[in-house]
Amino acid sequence: MDLTSLLPFEMPHPALLAAGVLEGTVLAAVLALTALGLSIVFGFMRVVNVAHGEFYMLGAVLAWFVTDLVSRTIGGPPWLAFGIALMVCPLTVAAIAALCDRMILKRLNYDPEATIVATIGILYILQQLALTFYGPDARPVQAPFDFRIQLPWFGYSGYKLIVVAASIVLMLIVWLVLTRTKIGIIMRATQYDRETAQAFGIPVDRVYAGVFALGAGLAAIGAVLIVPIQQAHYLMGGEPLLLAFIVVILGGLGSLRGTIVAAIFIGLSDGIISTLYEPTLAKILATLLVAMVLVFRPQGLFGTRAA
Amino acid sequence: MLTLSNINASYGDVQILRDLSLTARSGETLCLLGRNGAGKTTTLKTIMGLIRAKSGSITLDGEELTTLPPHEVPKRGIGYVPQGRRLFAEMTVAENLEIGLMTRGRGRAVRERMLDLFPVLRERYRQISGTLSGGEQQMLAMARALCLEPRVLLLDEPTEGLQPSMIALIRDVVVDLKQTDVATILVEQRVDAVLSIADRVVFIENGQSREEADAETLRANPDLVRRYVGIA
Repeated sequence: MDLTSLLPFEMPHPALLAAGVLEGTVLAAVLALTALGLSIVFGFMRVVNVAHGEFYMLGAVLAWFVTDLVSRTIGGPPWLAFGIALMVCPLTVAAIAALCDRMILKRLNYDPEATIVATIGILYILQQLALTFYGPDARPVQAPFDFRIQLPWFGYSGYKLIVVAASIVLMLIVWLVLTRTKIGIIMRATQYDRETAQAFGIPVDRVYAGVFALGAGLAAIGAVLIVPIQQAHYLMGGEPLLLAFIVVILGGLGSLRGTIVAAIFIGLSDGIISTLYEPTLAKILATLLVAMVLVFRPQGLFGTRAA
Repeated sequence: MLTLSNINASYGDVQILRDLSLTARSGETLCLLGRNGAGKTTTLKTIMGLIRAKSGSITLDGEELTTLPPHEVPKRGIGYVPQGRRLFAEMTVAENLEIGLMTRGRGRAVRERMLDLFPVLRERYRQISGTLSGGEQQMLAMARALCLEPRVLLLDEPTEGLQPSMIALIRDVVVDLKQTDVATILVEQRVDAVLSIADRVVFIENGQSREEADAETLRANPDLVRRYVGIA
Protein backbone atom coordinates (compact mmCIF):
# COMPACT_ATOMS: atom_id res chain seq x y z
CA MET A 1 0.00 0.00 0.00
CA ASP A 2 1.27 3.45 -0.87
CA LEU A 3 1.35 5.33 2.46
CA THR A 4 1.61 8.74 0.75
CA SER A 5 -2.00 8.31 -0.39
CA LEU A 6 -3.05 8.67 3.29
CA LEU A 7 -1.48 12.13 3.63
CA PRO A 8 -3.89 15.11 3.64
CA PHE A 9 -1.66 16.93 1.13
CA GLU A 10 0.13 16.00 -2.03
CA MET A 11 3.75 14.97 -1.50
CA PRO A 12 6.09 17.22 -3.47
CA HIS A 13 8.36 15.70 -6.03
CA PRO A 14 11.63 14.53 -4.40
CA ALA A 15 13.63 16.78 -6.76
CA LEU A 16 11.71 19.84 -5.63
CA LEU A 17 12.08 18.85 -1.98
CA ALA A 18 15.84 18.25 -2.43
CA ALA A 19 16.21 21.67 -4.08
CA GLY A 20 14.34 23.28 -1.21
CA VAL A 21 16.49 21.53 1.40
CA LEU A 22 19.70 22.52 -0.41
CA GLU A 23 18.66 26.16 -0.82
CA GLY A 24 17.51 26.19 2.80
CA THR A 25 20.84 24.79 3.96
CA VAL A 26 22.74 27.54 2.13
CA LEU A 27 20.42 30.19 3.64
CA ALA A 28 20.77 28.61 7.09
CA ALA A 29 24.57 28.65 6.84
CA VAL A 30 24.78 32.34 5.93
CA LEU A 31 21.99 33.25 8.33
CA ALA A 32 23.75 31.45 11.17
CA LEU A 33 26.88 33.54 10.60
CA THR A 34 24.94 36.79 10.39
CA ALA A 35 22.72 36.03 13.39
CA LEU A 36 25.70 34.79 15.38
CA GLY A 37 27.24 38.26 14.99
CA LEU A 38 24.03 39.91 16.21
CA SER A 39 23.72 37.46 19.10
CA ILE A 40 27.35 37.90 20.19
CA VAL A 41 26.97 41.69 20.27
CA PHE A 42 23.79 41.45 22.33
CA GLY A 43 25.05 38.63 24.55
CA PHE A 44 28.32 40.29 25.46
CA MET A 45 27.45 43.99 25.30
CA ARG A 46 23.66 44.08 25.78
CA VAL A 47 23.53 46.24 22.65
CA VAL A 48 20.72 45.63 20.14
CA ASN A 49 22.60 46.45 16.96
CA VAL A 50 20.00 47.69 14.49
CA ALA A 51 22.84 48.54 12.06
CA HIS A 52 23.87 44.88 11.82
CA GLY A 53 22.26 44.44 8.41
CA GLU A 54 24.19 47.44 7.10
CA PHE A 55 27.50 45.85 8.12
CA TYR A 56 26.32 42.86 6.07
CA MET A 57 25.52 45.17 3.15
CA LEU A 58 28.89 46.88 3.53
CA GLY A 59 30.64 43.50 3.32
CA ALA A 60 28.86 42.73 0.04
CA VAL A 61 29.41 46.16 -1.49
CA LEU A 62 33.10 46.18 -0.52
CA ALA A 63 33.42 42.67 -1.99
CA TRP A 64 32.25 44.07 -5.32
CA PHE A 65 34.74 46.96 -5.10
CA VAL A 66 37.65 44.67 -4.16
CA THR A 67 36.96 41.95 -6.75
CA ASP A 68 36.41 44.59 -9.41
CA LEU A 69 39.64 46.36 -8.49
CA VAL A 70 41.69 43.16 -8.34
CA SER A 71 40.37 41.80 -11.64
CA ARG A 72 41.04 45.16 -13.37
CA THR A 73 44.53 45.67 -11.93
CA ILE A 74 46.09 42.30 -11.09
CA GLY A 75 43.84 40.06 -13.14
CA GLY A 76 44.17 36.32 -12.53
CA PRO A 77 41.53 33.68 -11.82
CA PRO A 78 38.24 34.60 -10.10
CA TRP A 79 39.22 32.79 -6.88
CA LEU A 80 42.15 35.17 -6.39
CA ALA A 81 40.00 38.32 -6.41
CA PHE A 82 37.38 36.57 -4.28
CA GLY A 83 39.99 35.29 -1.80
CA ILE A 84 41.37 38.80 -1.37
CA ALA A 85 37.85 40.16 -0.87
CA LEU A 86 37.13 37.45 1.70
CA MET A 87 40.14 38.57 3.72
CA VAL A 88 39.98 42.35 3.22
CA CYS A 89 36.24 43.09 3.42
CA PRO A 90 35.40 41.52 6.82
CA LEU A 91 38.49 43.16 8.32
CA THR A 92 37.52 46.55 6.87
CA VAL A 93 33.95 46.21 8.11
CA ALA A 94 35.23 45.10 11.53
CA ALA A 95 37.47 48.18 11.67
CA ILE A 96 34.54 50.45 10.76
CA ALA A 97 32.45 48.77 13.47
CA ALA A 98 35.22 49.24 16.04
CA LEU A 99 35.37 52.90 15.07
CA CYS A 100 31.58 53.22 15.51
CA ASP A 101 31.96 51.62 18.94
CA ARG A 102 34.68 54.00 20.09
CA MET A 103 33.08 57.12 18.60
CA ILE A 104 29.44 56.48 19.43
CA LEU A 105 28.55 53.50 21.65
CA LYS A 106 31.32 54.02 24.20
CA ARG A 107 30.29 57.65 24.65
CA LEU A 108 26.77 56.46 25.44
CA ASN A 109 28.25 54.15 28.08
CA TYR A 110 26.53 51.27 26.22
CA ASP A 111 23.15 52.32 27.57
CA PRO A 112 20.73 49.75 26.09
CA GLU A 113 18.10 52.28 24.99
CA ALA A 114 20.45 54.98 23.73
CA THR A 115 22.44 52.46 21.69
CA ILE A 116 19.29 51.32 19.85
CA VAL A 117 18.73 54.90 18.68
CA ALA A 118 22.43 55.29 17.90
CA THR A 119 22.59 52.12 15.79
CA ILE A 120 19.51 53.27 13.86
CA GLY A 121 21.55 56.38 13.08
CA ILE A 122 24.54 54.25 12.03
CA LEU A 123 22.18 52.24 9.80
CA TYR A 124 21.12 55.33 7.84
CA ILE A 125 24.63 56.77 7.64
CA LEU A 126 26.08 53.52 6.22
CA GLN A 127 23.15 53.07 3.85
CA GLN A 128 23.42 56.59 2.47
CA LEU A 129 27.20 56.35 2.18
CA ALA A 130 26.76 53.17 0.14
CA LEU A 131 24.18 54.89 -2.08
CA THR A 132 26.51 57.86 -2.56
CA PHE A 133 29.69 55.95 -3.39
CA TYR A 134 28.33 52.66 -4.79
CA GLY A 135 25.11 53.82 -6.39
CA PRO A 136 21.63 52.35 -6.60
CA ASP A 137 22.49 49.46 -8.92
CA ALA A 138 22.69 45.80 -7.92
CA ARG A 139 26.02 44.38 -9.08
CA PRO A 140 27.20 40.77 -9.33
CA VAL A 141 30.43 39.28 -8.04
CA GLN A 142 31.81 36.33 -9.93
CA ALA A 143 31.88 33.06 -7.97
CA PRO A 144 35.42 31.86 -7.21
CA PHE A 145 34.64 28.34 -8.41
CA ASP A 146 32.38 27.20 -11.18
CA PHE A 147 31.54 23.54 -10.84
CA ARG A 148 28.39 21.55 -10.36
CA ILE A 149 27.71 18.47 -8.31
CA GLN A 150 25.43 16.05 -10.11
CA LEU A 151 22.51 14.81 -8.01
CA PRO A 152 20.04 12.15 -9.22
CA TRP A 153 17.60 14.83 -10.46
CA PHE A 154 19.72 17.89 -11.21
CA GLY A 155 23.17 19.42 -10.95
CA TYR A 156 23.77 21.73 -7.98
CA SER A 157 26.23 24.59 -7.58
CA GLY A 158 29.41 23.37 -5.91
CA TYR A 159 30.11 26.90 -4.70
CA LYS A 160 26.92 26.91 -2.62
CA LEU A 161 28.04 23.76 -0.86
CA ILE A 162 31.41 25.39 -0.21
CA VAL A 163 29.53 28.31 1.40
CA VAL A 164 27.86 25.82 3.75
CA ALA A 165 31.18 24.17 4.61
CA ALA A 166 32.89 27.54 5.14
CA SER A 167 30.11 28.68 7.49
CA ILE A 168 30.36 25.51 9.54
CA VAL A 169 34.16 25.92 9.82
CA LEU A 170 33.81 29.59 10.81
CA MET A 171 31.20 28.82 13.47
CA LEU A 172 33.44 26.09 14.87
CA ILE A 173 36.32 28.58 15.02
CA VAL A 174 34.13 31.13 16.85
CA TRP A 175 33.02 28.45 19.30
CA LEU A 176 36.61 27.30 19.90
CA VAL A 177 37.79 30.89 20.43
CA LEU A 178 35.01 31.60 22.92
CA THR A 179 35.36 28.39 24.91
CA ARG A 180 38.99 27.31 24.59
CA THR A 181 41.18 30.39 24.38
CA LYS A 182 42.31 33.17 26.69
CA ILE A 183 40.54 35.68 24.46
CA GLY A 184 37.32 33.74 25.02
CA ILE A 185 37.85 33.74 28.79
CA ILE A 186 38.40 37.51 28.73
CA MET A 187 35.27 38.04 26.61
CA ARG A 188 33.12 35.86 28.84
CA ALA A 189 34.45 37.45 32.03
CA THR A 190 33.51 40.87 30.63
CA GLN A 191 30.08 39.53 29.74
CA TYR A 192 29.40 38.13 33.21
CA ASP A 193 30.72 40.98 35.38
CA ARG A 194 32.13 44.13 33.82
CA GLU A 195 33.33 45.68 37.10
CA THR A 196 35.10 42.58 38.39
CA ALA A 197 36.66 42.06 34.96
CA GLN A 198 38.21 45.53 35.27
CA ALA A 199 39.45 44.67 38.74
CA PHE A 200 41.41 41.86 37.11
CA GLY A 201 43.09 43.95 34.47
CA ILE A 202 40.64 43.40 31.62
CA PRO A 203 40.29 46.52 29.45
CA VAL A 204 36.52 46.32 29.12
CA ASP A 205 36.25 49.14 26.57
CA ARG A 206 38.67 47.40 24.24
CA VAL A 207 36.86 44.09 24.69
CA TYR A 208 33.57 45.77 23.74
CA ALA A 209 35.14 47.33 20.65
CA GLY A 210 36.51 43.89 19.72
CA VAL A 211 33.14 42.19 20.25
CA PHE A 212 31.33 44.80 18.16
CA ALA A 213 33.95 44.40 15.44
CA LEU A 214 33.64 40.59 15.60
CA GLY A 215 29.86 40.77 15.25
CA ALA A 216 30.08 43.06 12.24
CA GLY A 217 32.93 41.01 10.78
CA LEU A 218 30.85 37.83 10.93
CA ALA A 219 28.00 39.57 9.10
CA ALA A 220 30.49 40.78 6.49
CA ILE A 221 31.91 37.26 5.99
CA GLY A 222 28.36 36.01 5.44
CA ALA A 223 27.80 38.77 2.90
CA VAL A 224 31.04 38.11 0.98
CA LEU A 225 30.15 34.43 0.81
CA ILE A 226 26.62 35.13 -0.43
CA VAL A 227 27.40 37.89 -2.92
CA PRO A 228 28.27 35.53 -5.81
CA ILE A 229 24.78 34.06 -5.29
CA GLN A 230 22.87 37.31 -4.67
CA GLN A 231 23.94 40.66 -6.07
CA ALA A 232 25.40 43.47 -3.96
CA HIS A 233 22.95 46.31 -3.41
CA TYR A 234 22.81 49.22 -0.99
CA LEU A 235 19.39 48.15 0.38
CA MET A 236 20.30 44.47 0.81
CA GLY A 237 20.81 44.79 4.61
CA GLY A 238 17.12 44.84 5.49
CA GLU A 239 16.22 41.20 4.91
CA PRO A 240 19.21 39.63 6.71
CA LEU A 241 18.60 41.99 9.65
CA LEU A 242 14.97 40.88 9.87
CA LEU A 243 15.90 37.20 9.57
CA ALA A 244 18.76 37.59 12.05
CA PHE A 245 16.40 39.19 14.59
CA ILE A 246 13.89 36.38 14.01
CA VAL A 247 16.64 33.82 14.60
CA VAL A 248 18.04 35.55 17.68
CA ILE A 249 14.58 36.00 19.25
CA LEU A 250 13.68 32.40 18.47
CA GLY A 251 16.95 30.99 19.79
CA GLY A 252 17.04 33.24 22.84
CA LEU A 253 18.79 36.60 23.06
CA GLY A 254 22.47 36.05 23.67
CA SER A 255 22.33 32.25 23.40
CA LEU A 256 24.85 31.20 20.77
CA ARG A 257 23.62 27.59 20.73
CA GLY A 258 20.03 28.80 20.33
CA THR A 259 21.07 31.14 17.54
CA ILE A 260 22.62 28.34 15.50
CA VAL A 261 19.72 25.92 16.07
CA ALA A 262 17.19 28.64 15.17
CA ALA A 263 19.19 29.64 12.08
CA ILE A 264 19.14 26.07 10.82
CA PHE A 265 15.40 25.84 11.47
CA ILE A 266 14.52 29.19 9.87
CA GLY A 267 16.92 28.70 6.97
CA LEU A 268 15.65 25.24 6.13
CA SER A 269 11.98 26.16 6.50
CA ASP A 270 12.50 29.32 4.42
CA GLY A 271 14.29 27.36 1.71
CA ILE A 272 11.74 24.57 1.55
CA ILE A 273 8.63 26.77 1.76
CA SER A 274 10.06 29.28 -0.74
CA THR A 275 10.84 26.49 -3.21
CA LEU A 276 7.58 24.59 -2.81
CA TYR A 277 5.22 27.52 -2.32
CA GLU A 278 6.03 31.24 -2.02
CA PRO A 279 8.97 33.16 -0.49
CA THR A 280 6.45 35.57 1.07
CA LEU A 281 4.68 32.66 2.79
CA ALA A 282 8.02 31.61 4.33
CA LYS A 283 8.51 35.10 5.82
CA ILE A 284 4.91 35.24 7.08
CA LEU A 285 5.28 31.88 8.83
CA ALA A 286 8.63 32.86 10.36
CA THR A 287 7.16 36.13 11.65
CA LEU A 288 4.15 34.26 13.07
CA LEU A 289 6.49 31.83 14.80
CA VAL A 290 8.41 34.70 16.39
CA ALA A 291 5.15 36.28 17.54
CA MET A 292 4.17 32.98 19.18
CA VAL A 293 7.56 32.61 20.84
CA LEU A 294 7.32 36.17 22.16
CA VAL A 295 3.89 35.42 23.63
CA PHE A 296 4.49 31.95 25.06
CA ARG A 297 8.28 31.85 25.68
CA PRO A 298 9.64 35.41 25.54
CA GLN A 299 13.14 34.33 26.56
CA GLY A 300 13.38 32.23 23.37
CA LEU A 301 13.86 28.50 23.00
CA PHE A 302 17.33 28.38 24.57
CA GLY A 303 17.46 31.70 26.46
CA THR A 304 17.14 32.09 30.20
CA ARG A 305 14.47 34.24 31.79
CA ALA A 306 15.80 37.47 33.25
CA ALA A 307 15.88 37.50 37.05
CA MET B 1 53.34 51.18 50.77
CA LEU B 2 49.83 52.25 49.74
CA THR B 3 48.89 55.79 50.69
CA LEU B 4 45.53 57.51 50.35
CA SER B 5 45.64 61.27 50.85
CA ASN B 6 42.53 63.44 51.12
CA ILE B 7 40.42 61.25 48.86
CA ASN B 8 36.97 62.49 47.85
CA ALA B 9 34.69 60.14 45.94
CA SER B 10 30.99 60.00 45.03
CA TYR B 11 28.29 57.73 43.71
CA GLY B 12 26.66 60.09 41.23
CA ASP B 13 25.78 63.22 43.19
CA VAL B 14 26.11 61.55 46.58
CA GLN B 15 29.50 62.14 48.11
CA ILE B 16 30.70 59.09 50.05
CA LEU B 17 34.37 59.71 50.87
CA ARG B 18 35.40 63.05 52.35
CA ASP B 19 39.11 63.83 52.56
CA LEU B 20 39.83 60.25 53.56
CA SER B 21 43.46 59.46 54.29
CA LEU B 22 45.18 56.24 55.34
CA THR B 23 48.34 54.26 54.82
CA ALA B 24 48.92 50.50 54.50
CA ARG B 25 52.50 49.33 55.01
CA SER B 26 54.13 46.24 53.57
CA GLY B 27 53.51 43.11 55.62
CA GLU B 28 50.80 44.57 57.81
CA THR B 29 47.09 43.92 58.07
CA LEU B 30 45.11 47.12 58.20
CA CYS B 31 41.43 46.80 59.06
CA LEU B 32 38.75 49.31 58.21
CA LEU B 33 35.95 49.38 60.76
CA GLY B 34 32.78 51.40 60.66
CA ARG B 35 29.03 51.21 60.53
CA ASN B 36 27.12 50.21 57.38
CA GLY B 37 27.35 52.97 54.80
CA ALA B 38 30.41 54.55 56.41
CA GLY B 39 32.40 54.24 53.18
CA LYS B 40 34.54 51.12 53.72
CA THR B 41 33.64 49.33 50.48
CA THR B 42 33.78 52.63 48.59
CA THR B 43 37.34 53.09 49.88
CA LEU B 44 38.38 49.74 48.40
CA LYS B 45 36.59 50.43 45.11
CA THR B 46 38.23 53.83 44.88
CA ILE B 47 41.66 52.27 45.41
CA MET B 48 40.85 49.86 42.53
CA GLY B 49 39.78 52.78 40.32
CA LEU B 50 36.27 51.32 40.01
CA ILE B 51 34.99 54.55 41.53
CA ARG B 52 36.87 57.60 40.33
CA ALA B 53 38.41 59.78 43.05
CA LYS B 54 37.22 63.36 42.50
CA SER B 55 40.26 64.71 44.26
CA GLY B 56 43.12 63.52 46.39
CA SER B 57 45.88 61.07 45.72
CA ILE B 58 46.40 57.30 45.92
CA THR B 59 49.99 56.14 45.56
CA LEU B 60 51.57 52.70 45.59
CA ASP B 61 55.27 52.94 46.43
CA GLY B 62 55.23 56.47 45.06
CA GLU B 63 53.33 55.73 41.83
CA GLU B 64 50.10 57.69 41.41
CA LEU B 65 47.12 55.38 40.80
CA THR B 66 44.21 57.83 40.45
CA THR B 67 45.24 58.79 36.91
CA LEU B 68 45.32 55.17 35.70
CA PRO B 69 42.37 53.52 33.93
CA PRO B 70 40.76 50.91 36.23
CA HIS B 71 42.19 47.91 34.38
CA GLU B 72 45.75 49.16 34.94
CA VAL B 73 45.43 49.29 38.74
CA PRO B 74 45.55 45.49 39.35
CA LYS B 75 48.55 45.26 37.02
CA ARG B 76 50.45 47.42 39.50
CA GLY B 77 49.98 44.67 42.07
CA ILE B 78 46.69 45.29 43.85
CA GLY B 79 44.52 42.22 44.33
CA TYR B 80 40.84 42.58 45.17
CA VAL B 81 38.41 40.17 46.79
CA PRO B 82 35.05 41.95 46.44
CA GLN B 83 32.16 41.71 48.82
CA GLY B 84 29.99 38.73 47.87
CA ARG B 85 33.00 37.17 46.05
CA ARG B 86 31.84 38.27 42.58
CA LEU B 87 33.19 35.12 40.93
CA PHE B 88 32.56 34.61 37.24
CA ALA B 89 29.88 32.15 38.27
CA GLU B 90 29.31 30.49 34.90
CA MET B 91 33.00 29.83 34.39
CA THR B 92 35.00 26.96 35.86
CA VAL B 93 37.39 27.16 38.80
CA ALA B 94 40.26 26.82 36.31
CA GLU B 95 39.00 29.74 34.21
CA ASN B 96 38.54 31.98 37.26
CA LEU B 97 42.11 31.28 38.31
CA GLU B 98 43.31 31.84 34.74
CA ILE B 99 41.88 35.37 34.83
CA GLY B 100 43.87 36.08 37.98
CA LEU B 101 47.02 34.65 36.40
CA MET B 102 46.57 36.63 33.19
CA THR B 103 46.37 39.96 35.01
CA ARG B 104 50.09 40.12 35.74
CA GLY B 105 51.27 37.37 33.40
CA ARG B 106 51.79 34.77 36.11
CA GLY B 107 52.07 31.13 35.13
CA ARG B 108 51.78 27.53 36.17
CA ALA B 109 53.97 27.78 39.28
CA VAL B 110 51.68 30.38 40.88
CA ARG B 111 48.59 28.34 39.98
CA GLU B 112 50.10 25.25 41.60
CA ARG B 113 50.87 27.27 44.72
CA MET B 114 47.25 28.40 44.92
CA LEU B 115 45.99 24.85 44.48
CA ASP B 116 48.35 23.71 47.25
CA LEU B 117 47.10 26.54 49.47
CA PHE B 118 43.45 25.64 48.81
CA PRO B 119 43.51 21.87 47.98
CA VAL B 120 39.72 21.71 47.58
CA LEU B 121 40.07 23.89 44.46
CA ARG B 122 42.23 21.19 42.87
CA GLU B 123 39.40 18.70 43.41
CA ARG B 124 36.88 21.14 41.94
CA TYR B 125 39.20 22.38 39.20
CA ARG B 126 36.82 21.71 36.25
CA GLN B 127 33.65 22.53 38.18
CA ILE B 128 31.53 25.58 37.37
CA SER B 129 32.35 28.03 40.14
CA GLY B 130 28.72 29.01 40.74
CA THR B 131 28.05 25.46 41.93
CA LEU B 132 30.70 25.57 44.70
CA SER B 133 29.72 25.95 48.35
CA GLY B 134 29.99 29.41 49.93
CA GLY B 135 33.28 28.56 51.62
CA GLU B 136 34.77 27.09 48.46
CA GLN B 137 33.68 30.17 46.52
CA GLN B 138 35.44 32.39 49.04
CA MET B 139 38.60 30.30 48.71
CA LEU B 140 38.43 30.67 44.95
CA ALA B 141 37.92 34.43 45.25
CA MET B 142 41.00 34.62 47.50
CA ALA B 143 43.04 32.35 45.22
CA ARG B 144 42.03 34.36 42.15
CA ALA B 145 43.25 37.56 43.77
CA LEU B 146 46.43 35.92 45.07
CA CYS B 147 47.21 34.70 41.53
CA LEU B 148 48.25 38.31 40.86
CA GLU B 149 51.03 37.91 43.48
CA PRO B 150 49.81 41.24 44.82
CA ARG B 151 51.77 43.78 46.80
CA VAL B 152 48.50 44.93 48.34
CA LEU B 153 45.45 42.71 48.91
CA LEU B 154 42.02 44.26 49.47
CA LEU B 155 39.53 41.99 51.22
CA ASP B 156 35.91 43.09 51.52
CA GLU B 157 34.10 41.09 54.19
CA PRO B 158 35.75 37.77 53.36
CA THR B 159 34.12 35.89 56.25
CA GLU B 160 30.56 36.97 55.47
CA GLY B 161 28.20 34.00 55.71
CA LEU B 162 30.91 31.42 56.30
CA GLN B 163 31.09 28.62 58.84
CA PRO B 164 33.74 28.85 61.61
CA SER B 165 36.17 26.36 60.00
CA MET B 166 36.23 28.44 56.81
CA ILE B 167 36.71 31.64 58.77
CA ALA B 168 39.70 30.06 60.51
CA LEU B 169 41.19 29.02 57.17
CA ILE B 170 40.85 32.52 55.70
CA ARG B 171 42.29 33.99 58.88
CA ASP B 172 45.33 31.68 58.53
CA VAL B 173 45.85 32.77 54.93
CA VAL B 174 45.75 36.45 55.91
CA VAL B 175 48.16 35.85 58.79
CA ASP B 176 50.56 33.99 56.44
CA LEU B 177 50.49 36.91 54.01
CA LYS B 178 52.27 39.01 56.62
CA GLN B 179 55.37 36.86 56.12
CA THR B 180 55.42 37.74 52.41
CA ASP B 181 55.43 41.54 52.77
CA VAL B 182 51.94 41.81 51.32
CA ALA B 183 49.94 44.70 52.74
CA THR B 184 46.37 43.61 53.46
CA ILE B 185 43.46 46.01 53.81
CA LEU B 186 40.55 44.21 55.36
CA VAL B 187 36.96 45.39 55.62
CA GLU B 188 35.20 43.27 58.15
CA GLN B 189 32.06 43.52 60.29
CA ARG B 190 33.15 40.82 62.78
CA VAL B 191 35.08 42.74 65.40
CA ASP B 192 36.49 39.56 67.00
CA ALA B 193 37.94 38.50 63.65
CA VAL B 194 39.39 41.96 63.12
CA LEU B 195 41.08 42.10 66.50
CA SER B 196 42.55 38.62 66.08
CA ILE B 197 44.41 39.39 62.84
CA ALA B 198 44.75 43.16 62.50
CA ASP B 199 47.94 45.08 63.16
CA ARG B 200 46.17 48.41 62.95
CA VAL B 201 42.56 49.51 62.71
CA VAL B 202 41.24 52.65 61.02
CA PHE B 203 37.74 53.75 62.01
CA ILE B 204 35.72 55.21 59.18
CA GLU B 205 32.70 57.39 59.81
CA ASN B 206 30.76 59.41 57.22
CA GLY B 207 33.46 58.80 54.63
CA GLN B 208 36.28 60.07 56.81
CA SER B 209 39.05 58.22 58.63
CA ARG B 210 38.30 59.34 62.18
CA GLU B 211 40.73 57.48 64.35
CA GLU B 212 43.51 54.94 64.11
CA ALA B 213 44.70 52.47 66.72
CA ASP B 214 46.74 49.30 66.92
CA ALA B 215 44.88 46.08 67.65
CA GLU B 216 46.49 45.65 71.05
CA THR B 217 45.18 49.02 72.22
CA LEU B 218 41.69 48.17 71.00
CA ARG B 219 41.65 44.84 72.78
CA ALA B 220 42.39 46.73 75.99
CA ASN B 221 39.91 49.50 75.18
CA PRO B 222 36.64 48.07 73.77
CA ASP B 223 34.86 51.41 74.29
CA LEU B 224 36.61 52.80 71.25
CA VAL B 225 35.25 50.00 69.10
CA ARG B 226 31.78 50.46 70.57
CA ARG B 227 31.83 54.16 69.76
CA TYR B 228 32.38 53.63 66.02
CA VAL B 229 30.79 50.27 65.37
CA GLY B 230 28.17 50.03 68.08
CA ILE B 231 29.36 46.63 69.32
CA ALA B 232 32.53 45.25 70.85
